[in-house]
Amino acid sequence: MAIEIESRTSLSDESGRGFDELVVNIGPSHPSTHGVCRVIAHLEGEVVVKAEPVIGYLHRGIEKMCENRTYMQIMPLTDRLDYVGSMYANWAYCRALERLADIEVPERAEYIRVIVCELQRIASHMMGVGASGADTGAATAFIYAFEVRERVIELFEELCGARLTYNYVRPGGVSVDLPEGWIERCRAVVQWAPDRLRELDDLFFGNFIAAGRMKGIGVLSAEDAIAWGASGPVARGSGVSFDLRKDDPYSVYPRLDFDIPVGENGDSFDRSRIRLMESIESCGIIEQALEQIEPGPVKASGIPRLIRPRSGDAYDHIESARGSLGVYLVSDGSPRPYRMKVRSPAFCNLQLLSKLAVGHTVSDLVVVLGSLDPVFGEVDR
Amino acid sequence: MRQVLFGALFGLLSGLAIAVAALFGVWWERKVSGRIQMRFGPTQAGPAGLLQTVADTVKLVLKEDVTPAAADRPIFKAAPLLVFAPVALSLLLIPFATGFAPLDSGVGMLLFLAVPSVAVLGVLLGGWSSANTFATIGGLRGAAQMVSYEVPRTLSLLSLVVVAGSLRPTVVMGAWHWWWLPLFAVGFVIYLISSIAEMNRGPFDLPEAESELVAGYFSDYTGIRWAIFMMSEYGAMLAASMFGAAMFLGGTNGLPGVLGALFLLLKAIVIATVIIWVRWTFPRFRQDQLMAFAWKVLTPLALVQLLVAGAVAIWL
Repeated sequence: MAIEIESRTSLSDESGRGFDELVVNIGPSHPSTHGVCRVIAHLEGEVVVKAEPVIGYLHRGIEKMCENRTYMQIMPLTDRLDYVGSMYANWAYCRALERLADIEVPERAEYIRVIVCELQRIASHMMGVGASGADTGAATAFIYAFEVRERVIELFEELCGARLTYNYVRPGGVSVDLPEGWIERCRAVVQWAPDRLRELDDLFFGNFIAAGRMKGIGVLSAEDAIAWGASGPVARGSGVSFDLRKDDPYSVYPRLDFDIPVGENGDSFDRSRIRLMESIESCGIIEQALEQIEPGPVKASGIPRLIRPRSGDAYDHIESARGSLGVYLVSDGSPRPYRMKVRSPAFCNLQLLSKLAVGHTVSDLVVVLGSLDPVFGEVDR
Repeated sequence: MRQVLFGALFGLLSGLAIAVAALFGVWWERKVSGRIQMRFGPTQAGPAGLLQTVADTVKLVLKEDVTPAAADRPIFKAAPLLVFAPVALSLLLIPFATGFAPLDSGVGMLLFLAVPSVAVLGVLLGGWSSANTFATIGGLRGAAQMVSYEVPRTLSLLSLVVVAGSLRPTVVMGAWHWWWLPLFAVGFVIYLISSIAEMNRGPFDLPEAESELVAGYFSDYTGIRWAIFMMSEYGAMLAASMFGAAMFLGGTNGLPGVLGALFLLLKAIVIATVIIWVRWTFPRFRQDQLMAFAWKVLTPLALVQLLVAGAVAIWL
């Protein structure tokens, strides 16, 4: 589908800019940049010759702020990394800290973590799929996706009182046990959701216009996906079956039976649709986890209010909705980390935009950006 | 002098009709789309939210009329009217009742197709004079799209003309028989699709694609001028549904006076509902797909329809 443009670039002035080139500044405040991304798009007619993502509009210096806070005070900051999937950053940080401070997590807490993170995957992917719909002008697909998301968010609200920044997963476990009757309500949602998701699949991905808009757009080969450090649905869309839940199993995932949906063509269609398939898969994971979960403590006992880990460093990563989310902690033995670094999948995936959008039209630029599903809280940090 | 007076009167009336159509159309669209999306739509202002659009209109009229500093002022200010006037004019050609059209012209069909084409100028100039890259792209897209979809639209109406043997809309409506429905089924669908494209509505709303171009050619318009663009869209929807109902679906079916007019209106509302339904279900085309669809699918199909109509006309 990509349109050949090389022959035309010979027509350029000293600065290398083509004479009939139009520079359009898309964002940072634009309906479809999914936050505050700015894309400097060089167009020839409607064809993108060069697309340069400019990031940093949401930079709050979270990594630096962490150096001046105690380990517990960092928890709410991790919520604000990937604000569409706060549970992941909570968990990734907790895992790194637990590794550093040798904290054992009770089994029930591990199950709860898996359940909330899989619910989070559904909520986050529905945002991604819905945004793909909104980007291509399918407003109803967006609303359908958000209905499912809303049900999940309601569960979270009941669980921890927050709809977006949960601060639920804590060092050594989770903040509170599941409320009474929550398991039944959660089971009802995950049993209801798959049908709804398949309906959305028919409505949006089954539509010939949507398929025409997304198939063959922004094709990423498996080699490139690996070379550019892509992970999550972006890598799996290109046929790279890489998922930390399987490839570096953590928590209780080895006890759960599930598949990793993998795409074939590596185009925007596969990247977007994989999110929907993963959400259906997540419903199954949650159902199994709800079966297996047993009563018990939800937090390790004897965790001091002021955690002083040993000197040293620790890295741990989990599979977030956007890919491999890693947290690296360096401790000098004080109650504050010496350094905290986040390996953000959205950041790594976003850099692909400059590669994937070239040769397509402006309309496709928006579709490609939507299929990468970046969250700028995590990109800029 | 008399003609000028009549012209002014009809102009006023059709402007009023468009305003009412927009008021009702926006409310109806919000209600229908609400149902499609598991919502209620407006419920608060007036019974079933009927007064919501009135409130919105008041808000729009009271808003500041901003002209961007870099804009080409006279053209920027005139562009909405250039879109609105042709739509208002095309309403005059619709046979509202049996044997009656406000402007019962012998070349009515041709006029109905030709007059809205002038709106292309408004879209193009509006986009260009805003001095905004998004608006410029939107205007250019709009021009390409509206000109391209003229062709299948014209051909689909032409096949009616061939069978009815007249360019006068009232005559064509009078010549309707039930077997026109199967005969012109394809033509009707082509007419509907290309009409949607003509009025820049989804899935053909590329000139105003909000996810790419913010609001396309009217990105920089505010208040009443923005409202005029919006009203023109609903006016075009009214004109296309009324004319489609009158030509393809039998119109008044020979019912006299007001009764016939109401019957026609009912059919038009059904068509408008289908247009709304399509918009809220389908994603948006891309520019090249849009063009390919017009030239490679709709135009050949419309030509086949014309051939069939011609054969039937000879056989009759």
